[in-house]
Amino acid sequence: MAGTPEVASAGPLLEMRGITKRFPGVLANDNVDFDVRPGEVHALFGENGAGKSTLMHVLYGIHQPDRGTIALGGRPVRIPSPAAAIAMGIGMVHQHFMLVPTLTVAENVSLGLKSSRGPLKDLSRVAARVEELSESYGLRVHPSAKVWQLSVGERQRVEIIKALYRESRLLVLDEPTAVLTPGEVDELFAALRKMASEGCGLVFISHKIREVLGLSDRVTVLRAGRRVATVQAGEVSGEQLAEMMVGRHINREDLTASAVPGRARLSVKGLVVRGDRGTEAVRGVSLEVRAGEIVGIAGVSGNGQRELEEAIAGLRPPAQGSVLVDGAELAGRPSGAVRRAGLGYVPEERMRHGVVGEFSVAENLMLASSNDPALLRRPGFLRRRAVRARARELVAAFDVRTPSLATPVRNLSGGNIQKLIVARELAAQPKVFLVAQPTRGIDVTAARYIHERLRAEAAKGTAVLIVSEDLDEVMTVSTRVLVMYEGRVIGEADPRHTTREAIGLMMAGVVAAGAEPARGPGRELEAAADAEVV
Amino acid sequence: MSQFFTYAVITATIASAVQYAAPFLLAALGETVGQRSGVLNLGVDGIMLLSAFSCYFVALRTGSDLLGVVVGMLTGAVLGLLTAFMSVTLRAQQGISGIGVYILGLGLSDLLFVRFVGTPLPVSSLPNVSVPGLSRLPALGPMFFQQNWLVYIAFLLVPAVAFFLYRTTYGTRVLAVGENPAAADSVGISVTRTRYATVVFGCTMAGLAGSTLLLLDGIFQENLTQSAGFIAVALVYFGAWRPFGVMTGSLLYGVVTAVVLQWKSLGIIPTSAADLAATAPAVITVLALVVLAGRFKQPSSLGKAYVRGA
Repeated sequence: MAGTPEVASAGPLLEMRGITKRFPGVLANDNVDFDVRPGEVHALFGENGAGKSTLMHVLYGIHQPDRGTIALGGRPVRIPSPAAAIAMGIGMVHQHFMLVPTLTVAENVSLGLKSSRGPLKDLSRVAARVEELSESYGLRVHPSAKVWQLSVGERQRVEIIKALYRESRLLVLDEPTAVLTPGEVDELFAALRKMASEGCGLVFISHKIREVLGLSDRVTVLRAGRRVATVQAGEVSGEQLAEMMVGRHINREDLTASAVPGRARLSVKGLVVRGDRGTEAVRGVSLEVRAGEIVGIAGVSGNGQRELEEAIAGLRPPAQGSVLVDGAELAGRPSGAVRRAGLGYVPEERMRHGVVGEFSVAENLMLASSNDPALLRRPGFLRRRAVRARARELVAAFDVRTPSLATPVRNLSGGNIQKLIVARELAAQPKVFLVAQPTRGIDVTAARYIHERLRAEAAKGTAVLIVSEDLDEVMTVSTRVLVMYEGRVIGEADPRHTTREAIGLMMAGVVAAGAEPARGPGRELEAAADAEVV
Repeated sequence: MSQFFTYAVITATIASAVQYAAPFLLAALGETVGQRSGVLNLGVDGIMLLSAFSCYFVALRTGSDLLGVVVGMLTGAVLGLLTAFMSVTLRAQQGISGIGVYILGLGLSDLLFVRFVGTPLPVSSLPNVSVPGLSRLPALGPMFFQQNWLVYIAFLLVPAVAFFLYRTTYGTRVLAVGENPAAADSVGISVTRTRYATVVFGCTMAGLAGSTLLLLDGIFQENLTQSAGFIAVALVYFGAWRPFGVMTGSLLYGVVTAVVLQWKSLGIIPTSAADLAATAPAVITVLALVVLAGRFKQPSSLGKAYVRGA
């Protein structure tokens, strides 16, 4: 960092040559070259599964490469473990934070390091240093707060401070912006630029073109485990990058004007839902989704979206309020009843809640309709042939790429699993279609396809409600955007006439001019619900 | 009933409650440290049995309580290595491998007793040691400060374990491994070494608990512990993985046990109900567990083997 000028004047900080890493059945990295110079931000760009994380896990000692060499500051090194990587000055901010929620910020920052007081903790000294770093890099965080009390954005700051505290010269950030509001992204980028200006080398893993071009000096594009190109960020356009990422030309997503919305099919009134810790996660939400509409709920994760979604789907009984699908009250009813009333649901964690990984494609496709008389010989006995026939139709209709109908679902890619879940849910012809994180972690082509299906479904008169942390997705797919903040719908916007920034401010809890506040009867009901809660 | 509420009877009851609590406390403190690092050890009772036997055997042959206790603890440590090898290195299902250790301890302790001792001879029982000054306090003295040395050790270990967990860097590492082993691993803390250390410590404590139980009884018999090790595991949950909470639970258990015994000897509980009354401590502990269950969060990785990158 600032105190190591010899690094700043030397050649590449990091040089990885011919890295090959094979996992059972996958060539995750195929002869990849990658280098980082002091003072630069080098983006590692590519789709999910392109091999970005694997390459960085090799660098961080989590995986050992099958072939290839790594040199740090010109010296060849072997990195057998994360501990060794840390000792060599490599820091990593993982996508899933490596923090201990029950410990304080200072304890997390100093975890595993020697204390100046021998076996006793020296937290006051650590806290002082954390405050210094936090001050000089603009990473606001309180050293004695427990990590579980922090927002996602704050936790990320703790991770970066942890790396700074350990005097990392090379910092890898794995998809750091996925969980941040646009405002928080700006703050993060400012801190990263400052680190780079002090001679630190930064690796920025991302699949967001806007951010890659906005932050980095150079970009290395990976596709299917191979390095496609390394380019100067200033000399390449977003379209070119996107083409390099997917390997062919892609058209802009088509924004069809939506039909005039019909009557309300889903109405949620004054909903109060408790979270896992027993506190109110949803604090009086009222909303309506009309036939033909796609309503998008934007917000930083942890603002009550998951609890709202689970309450609507019948997976979490609400403390108060009502959920009506075509006028039928469903609040507190079990998920089976909700499903029979006409709700289709794609959950956020598709592997844990959306499919049974060990079951075959055909079995997963019939999970929701195992009582459908068309599939039964007599009650309780499946007609295998009918199950397969139904599966074959759905696989074809929804373009699920699978080796066979008997393939266990866990062997499919994320995009194909998501298409399978969407197929299963739409096969039941829902009146209301609730989709959480429609395209998180799936490839562009599959994401595009799912967006098209959502639009087609709305055009058929289904009320579609999506919950997404990806603001770009919410803005492109929805006909109306609601922003959730601290358990409430803080604002509403028309995505065609609102800027990202305005919605970003709402995501941070600020109701901006230009965005309409939540309107109509919903708002009054929400106020009434608040009054009851208080 | 009135004959119970006399100064002498109440102080004697409390004093024996404290003594009954000691072996549970020792085993539960050890288990607390292991569970805080993420390892569930259900073999405590078996380890206590085998340690009780080895303590008995050595004390009987050498006449030295202290030597017996040391060998009892060593026995615990060796079984701790076995437990850690299964839970950490082999990543066995911890609930099942623990029951295996229990059955091993239950069977082997009796087998060794029959094979090498046969006739039950008593060893000298533990003398009480009066703490200078404190033991002369009215009421408190006879209740708490005229106990045997193993009882003092058990209660002194409560603040010691709390200090270790909350004030030292090693304690923080243990907590980190138990809550998020991947995070600990990512900063260079060896999850394997940490868990081996806590499990061996926990099992050594179980060995000390078994030795204590043996020396309090003065004689070995089959299934001497009568599932005390399982109660100790329950007390860890009762105490919400906190040393002082575990101590509270152990004392509650000791008080109920002592009161039931006292009432029986005073005839307050009729002989016909004696067997039923003997279940009271376990029943009350279970009821307390039911009431308290879910109030506190267990260590997030409890019972889960750690695999890097998975």
